[in-house]
Amino acid sequence: MNSVKPGSKSMANRAADFFIRFLLFVIALTCILPFVHVLAKSLSNEAYVIAQEVYLWPKGLNIEAYKKVFTDQSIIRSFFVTIFVTVTFTLTGMILTVCAAYPLSRKHLKGRNFFTFLFMFTLYFAGGIIPDYLLMNRLHMLDTIWSIILPLAFSPYNLLIMKTSFQTSISDSLIESAVIDGASQFRILRSIVLPLSKPILATVTLFYAVGRWNAYQDALFYIKQNINIRPLQLKLYYLIATSTEAVNAAMEGTAQYTNPEVLKAACIIFTTVPIICVYPFIQKYFVKGTMVGAVKG
Amino acid sequence: MIAVRKRTRAVQDGQQMLYVGTRKSFLYYIRKDWQLYFLLLLPLLFTLLFKYGPMLGLVISFKDYKIIKGFLDSKWVGFDVFKKIFSDKHFWEACRNTLLLNGLALVAGFPMPIILALLLNELKGKYFKKITQTVLYLPHFLSWVVIGALAYQLFGFADGAVNNFIASLGGARVPFLQEDYHWLVSYVLINVWQTMGWGTIIYLAAITGVNPELYEAATVDGAGRWAKMKYVTLPGIKSTIVTLLIMQLGRIMGGSFETVDALSNVATTKFTKTIPVLVYRSGILNANYSESTAIGLFQSVIGLILVLATDRIAKKMGEEGLI
Repeated sequence: MNSVKPGSKSMANRAADFFIRFLLFVIALTCILPFVHVLAKSLSNEAYVIAQEVYLWPKGLNIEAYKKVFTDQSIIRSFFVTIFVTVTFTLTGMILTVCAAYPLSRKHLKGRNFFTFLFMFTLYFAGGIIPDYLLMNRLHMLDTIWSIILPLAFSPYNLLIMKTSFQTSISDSLIESAVIDGASQFRILRSIVLPLSKPILATVTLFYAVGRWNAYQDALFYIKQNINIRPLQLKLYYLIATSTEAVNAAMEGTAQYTNPEVLKAACIIFTTVPIICVYPFIQKYFVKGTMVGAVKG
Repeated sequence: MIAVRKRTRAVQDGQQMLYVGTRKSFLYYIRKDWQLYFLLLLPLLFTLLFKYGPMLGLVISFKDYKIIKGFLDSKWVGFDVFKKIFSDKHFWEACRNTLLLNGLALVAGFPMPIILALLLNELKGKYFKKITQTVLYLPHFLSWVVIGALAYQLFGFADGAVNNFIASLGGARVPFLQEDYHWLVSYVLINVWQTMGWGTIIYLAAITGVNPELYEAATVDGAGRWAKMKYVTLPGIKSTIVTLLIMQLGRIMGGSFETVDALSNVATTKFTKTIPVLVYRSGILNANYSESTAIGLFQSVIGLILVLATDRIAKKMGEEGLI
């Protein structure tokens, strides 16, 4: 876009190029090296880790820690809990968001501003932690899996993104002509709007899935007694934060955490890799500049 | 009064649609667009139950709430709960910490995505740019539990990799996370690190929206790349910058429980007691429901006022605003 004509490239310009690349390279390194370090640790022999000799390359390469992770029933159970929660949460969120975004993107809809305000207001004002908690208590959802699926399943922020995208990327005349042809709104949504909106659907799906996979606050608040439905992040939280987990594990008769360091590292990798793998599938949609419409929000 | 309002509305309608006196009843619209309203039902239900439902629960900050008595039968106490929390030094400490942590994270973190986006925009090689971008997004995909764990693996005093490295060179170990002021700096830098890459998306999108002719004109006028960045790109994304700034200013009283909780430890407590942490401890762990709800309500109200104020300021400055 702002390329300099060949021949006019001065030494200073080339030095600037080099400097920019170098700077970005170093910043990118800070993003990836912590991960590389933990990966190396998770694949190392415990003795080298204790001797503090492992930096970016595993020493005494072995996969013992991963064997422990994959044979630890409570971790595997947490993994499946997280998979179930993330999938159900994302599906619920997508259905609700599409159901709200499509009507609100139709400019002729009476009461559109009122409904939009009703949804958006919750972005700026909320009951807060304790009223949320008491509501969960009232609905008898504490210590159930639904407490981490339903309350956050509908995000007004994602609604805003999707609504904006529907408004800008699908022309009114297209929908009007479908109406004249006798199509119902449901049919229009299914056969016109959704197929034309794949990039935004992919983007919002990613937002929901990543958000749910990574959040642990609500699980920490709502899931106390029922340790069988601890999602992976909460499991990792307890594994790292306290030693009580070792007691729990011992009581369950599962793995003993003799060397927490290597196992911790393996757990970190185990918790992170699945969600990172989702990203490349969805990345190409970002490139299309779907986010332009999301600036306001 | 009502007549006046009716008339102005009719005049407005008349100006917009050129039909005066053909206002139709609500039922007409429901019948016409029932399918669209039907689609709205489920999201509305969710919002009313899970978003507005808890707002009703806010009444307990004006009551002496006992869980056995329930919402309705607990005794009204007016502003007693607020009087109590306003005279509590823990509350003011939490307010100070919330503002301090968010303020520092904003000051240090806000310019970073802009700088990175400008730098990325200068790159010509396609692959280097793409790989760098993807790597920069990585921290966004890590949970705070994982970031907290990574932080202690790297910056732990006795066994963190960075400290091991310093020690192996003969240096003294640094208490990055084990001393209050070091912790504060680490907290801010880790927050910046986590948000900087993902934040570039919006700015890069805004930069692609800058009219290419402006760059051509600048080239003709003899502008170098620095001048183009300063006089074309930056003004081109100014409204995006302002919008995001007011959004983040509006959230300065907010703050997440997870970011602080994941990085805190028993040795550093000076700055870790923020409002959400205080609410969690006094509310969920110690069951002081009325007080912690009142603290949360105070935070929400201040937050709302800040959003409205920053929005007003932005509109005065000629920007689009949020609401």
